[in-house]
Amino acid sequence: MATYKTNEFKGGLKIMLDGDPYSIVENEFVKPGKGQAFNRVRVKNLKTGRVVERTFKSGDVVEAADVLDTELQYLYYDGELWHFMDPNSFEQLTADAAVVGEAAKWIKEQDLCAVTLFNGQPLSVEAPNFVVLAINETDPGLKGDTSGGGGKPATLETGAVVNVPLFVQIGELIKVDTRSGTYVSRAKEE
Amino acid sequence: MSAPRPPAGTTAATPAGSPARTKTARAAARAAVSPDWRPCAPLAHLQARAALLRDLREFFADRGVLEVETPILSRAAATDPALASLHTDCLLDAAAAQTLYLHTSPEFPMKRLLAAGSGPIYQVCKVFRGGERGRRHHPEFSLLEWYRPGWSLECLMDEVAALVRCLLRRPNLASTRLTYRDLFLDHLDLDPWATSAAALGAHAHALGLVGVADQLDLDRDGWLDLLLTQCLEPGLGRDATTGRPHLTFLCDYPPSQAALARIRPGPVPVAARFELYLDGMELANGFEELTDADEQRARFAADLAVRARAGQPLVPPDEGLLGALAAGLPACAGVALGLDRLLMLVTAAAHIDAVLAFPVERA
Repeated sequence: MATYKTNEFKGGLKIMLDGDPYSIVENEFVKPGKGQAFNRVRVKNLKTGRVVERTFKSGDVVEAADVLDTELQYLYYDGELWHFMDPNSFEQLTADAAVVGEAAKWIKEQDLCAVTLFNGQPLSVEAPNFVVLAINETDPGLKGDTSGGGGKPATLETGAVVNVPLFVQIGELIKVDTRSGTYVSRAKEE
Repeated sequence: MSAPRPPAGTTAATPAGSPARTKTARAAARAAVSPDWRPCAPLAHLQARAALLRDLREFFADRGVLEVETPILSRAAATDPALASLHTDCLLDAAAAQTLYLHTSPEFPMKRLLAAGSGPIYQVCKVFRGGERGRRHHPEFSLLEWYRPGWSLECLMDEVAALVRCLLRRPNLASTRLTYRDLFLDHLDLDPWATSAAALGAHAHALGLVGVADQLDLDRDGWLDLLLTQCLEPGLGRDATTGRPHLTFLCDYPPSQAALARIRPGPVPVAARFELYLDGMELANGFEELTDADEQRARFAADLAVRARAGQPLVPPDEGLLGALAAGLPACAGVALGLDRLLMLVTAAAHIDAVLAFPVERA
């Protein structure tokens, strides 16, 4: 079992706390001249994203978390699980709704996603920052309106709903910023 | 196809007069040099350090305090379990390499000088503490330590305040004194003399200083250190209402934190010890020095017992100090002040690296 001593603590280090993997956000060494030394750390729970503060006695040993950031290709959704493939090893991995989370709204087959693996299994999935998706459904809108003033909801091929300008029509491709869930521009097939 | 690269170290042999090739050679030379050759501290901070050293030497010369030097390497080490001594092998005798310890403070040999009749003395030196690295910690740092035979702790606190005002060039900097007990009573409603380790731990949990599942294994003093450093220290050395920096002397420590201070007997015995804080930062630690050889021997033994239980190195205690105390150390007060931290205040630096020419990562 790999471990880290508190003097190895630094931002980005992945450690186990109470059975969950955490990433160290910030580490501060605190010690009175005559007295106990501490490491005060801010850590992020990699499952929930919650950031908490923890204090360690300097010299304490903490279990390392087997966490790896990698890129996997999204293959398909079978109605329950999302299937991914490592493009290098061709190994296939599955993830459930809790792991895929918001990314489910944006990813489509063949997309490369940033996936965090914990003990070899997906822990979280991030959609690419920008995706190009087709519009399946939206109000026809007014012909000749190219001003972009106002907007209307549009349902995309993945099921996500985004607000688009009035001139955008069914069947068109649009570029979306997945971090804010907003329309960026019309797009051409890549 | 590119020509094979010449092996490293042969770039000087590149024929002169070929501008393109010399440019490439220079670029290669630049790339080969570590980017960390430069000092961390700006020149202005190095100048501030020089000015500080000049001012403090003048301060002590005016007051008739003698500057001394004592060894950095010693056969003995500090037994304090909170201090980790670095060590090295000295090859004086090929048959028996001897471990020598780098001092964590010059306290023991300076007390031997005092016992030998030196009168008031001071020293500026580098000291070494293993494992200490952070915004306000560096394993090698500059300490100013001085001793006043015949002085009370109160007189010494006055002199510390005078020195800091002089070095910061702030003659009107206000100064207050506060007891350790009152600090805890006023801010946390806890009596450090009467509260159990479990109750202190529960208080730390309630304040959100440690998570409920934290397995912090601390004794009473450990919990007091946690509450002091994380809860109380940020407000020390500042006016409570205006927030303006001033000098706060925290005095009368629990006897369990006496270190090398004399215990003042009384209904509630206290350690004759103070810490100086300025702007939320610990700057200096002072003692009315323990002069009793038997008591000192007992404290060394107690420290080593704690070390043995914790699996820490069992370092040799300083027999030279015990000999000096047995011969007679005059009643005296002494204090050690961190010069790098004082420089951080002079230069408004947030990190100790900003006042060091070369921190350990670039050393």
